[in-house]
Amino acid sequence: MMPDYAMPVQGLIGGLMIGLAAAVMLLGLGRIAGVSGLLARMMRISDSGPPLLLAGAFILGLPLGAFLVSQFVGPVVTRFPESSAVLIVGGLIVGFGTRLGSGCTSGHGVCGLSRLSKRSIVATACFMGAGFATVAVMNALGLGW
Amino acid sequence: MIRLFLIALGAGTLFGAGLAVSGMADPTRVRGFLDLGGRWDPTLAFVMAGAILPMAIAWLIQRRLATPLAASQFAVPATGKLDRPLIVGSILFGIGWGIAGLCPGPAIAGLALNPSAALVFVIAMVVGMTVHRSFNRSTA
Repeated sequence: MMPDYAMPVQGLIGGLMIGLAAAVMLLGLGRIAGVSGLLARMMRISDSGPPLLLAGAFILGLPLGAFLVSQFVGPVVTRFPESSAVLIVGGLIVGFGTRLGSGCTSGHGVCGLSRLSKRSIVATACFMGAGFATVAVMNALGLGW
Repeated sequence: MIRLFLIALGAGTLFGAGLAVSGMADPTRVRGFLDLGGRWDPTLAFVMAGAILPMAIAWLIQRRLATPLAASQFAVPATGKLDRPLIVGSILFGIGWGIAGLCPGPAIAGLALNPSAALVFVIAMVVGMTVHRSFNRSTA
């Protein structure tokens, strides 16, 4: 049933690391590990959130952690879309949408769902549903990559 | 402050490492999860399950703590009220996520793995956030 290209074990292990990191932010610093909010805070786009230095430290850690895995664990596959238009349009909409919706996969998906937050359950259903629909429409239009 | 900085840096590093280990630093794999009618890739569901488990325990512990271990108070958002910005914003986010296979965490982690492509997305994302801020200010 599980397709051979799926990575359930690595997914679970990496997921546990992500959840543990979010737990450290909550129990250590009293903050939500929401990447969109912390990025906006670091860039001085958001007025609320932790001190800029702490937001920046968390954000800086993301590429650092990925780099350490690629150096000391093994190659990390990253198949990005080749079209700059896809990256730019996607990025613009993700940036606007995560601010308007107060969160992304980490803040609503990981931190909110685990808290059974009504707002985050609705937000996650909205972005998952929109994601499924968008990929289906793109594929139907021959815009898949 | 140094201690707080190191805690945040450590958490971000663990988070970024988790993204890399889980396959979520790969936009094609993430998009595969969203491709229900195609070559569906369930990996993202395992990542979410793995991440929610420790975080659910953390919320149970949080209820019993008066303050965080290294800060003076919990600053966590309200969970109740649904409003239009939450729904419209989340739908927009999902559309962008489906288009590029990228959400903010993997895009930023990708700066270390595929810098040129990730940087294009991250810059566009910051521009989108800035547009929201000016849009918000002009209507507020």
